[in-house]
Amino acid sequence: MAESILFYLFGAIALTGAGTVIMARNPVYSALGMMSTLFSFAVFYIAHLAHFVAAVQVIVYAGAVMTLFLFVIMLIGVDRAEVRSEELPTQRRLVWGVLAVVLTTAAVVFNTSTWSWVTYPLAGQLPPVNGTIQNIAADLFTIWVLPFEAISLLLIIASIGAVVLAFFKPRPRKET
Amino acid sequence: MFEIGAAHYMSLAAILFIVGAGGVMLRRNALVMFMCIELMLNAVNLTFVAAGREIGNSVGQMSVFFVLVVAAAEVVVGLAIIVAVFHNRRTANVDDFSEMRG
Repeated sequence: MAESILFYLFGAIALTGAGTVIMARNPVYSALGMMSTLFSFAVFYIAHLAHFVAAVQVIVYAGAVMTLFLFVIMLIGVDRAEVRSEELPTQRRLVWGVLAVVLTTAAVVFNTSTWSWVTYPLAGQLPPVNGTIQNIAADLFTIWVLPFEAISLLLIIASIGAVVLAFFKPRPRKET
Repeated sequence: MFEIGAAHYMSLAAILFIVGAGGVMLRRNALVMFMCIELMLNAVNLTFVAAGREIGNSVGQMSVFFVLVVAAAEVVVGLAIIVAVFHNRRTANVDDFSEMRG
């Protein structure tokens, strides 16, 4: 019961935030809607006993990544209004059509719930893993140690790439 | 209705994924398109966690951890590219990026 209240409340918040992201004319509003969506995702993760993932979601996504987004929005400037008129008018209608079809399908599946979402022999019978830092680290540094090292390499490459992109300015482009 | 299972979370994640994909197709601002990509990544993360709870091991949460790190790296490089292009072109509208000539 408590989980259903949490699900519907924060699901509504997440959907509102996602709608704000794609509807808002001002990118700052988009970033704030994104932030509320990410926070409600953290609540869902806690409902799934994924405590470590929820903490990382709040710290990395809602904290660092969205701060970076807001920083770049402020750097680029938000004064220029985006032109919303569409040169490809069929594309917009197509998107709304696909959205309507998918929402209808989701509503039908949601109400009947006869579709098996997780096909696994023991699905729903095993107790969920309590995702504390201790349990996550025990798997991360034994089974997943090679992906972990690879991903540290990826982070170093990404940070070096960002520094290179920021430091070495290209020649200013001649106005043609 | 009041029993919340993996189906509910996965339906919500599917709807959010579609919203993000629609945003990438509809918007012209590079930053907003980038945020919609983040939205899609998060929707997939939610399905991973929901499935991981069902099958009772830590693979789902581990996948979310790795996706999160890759997304952070992607954000750093992507925003650096957007800023570099903005310095060059004075715009963040993707319709104006349509030529590769520096």
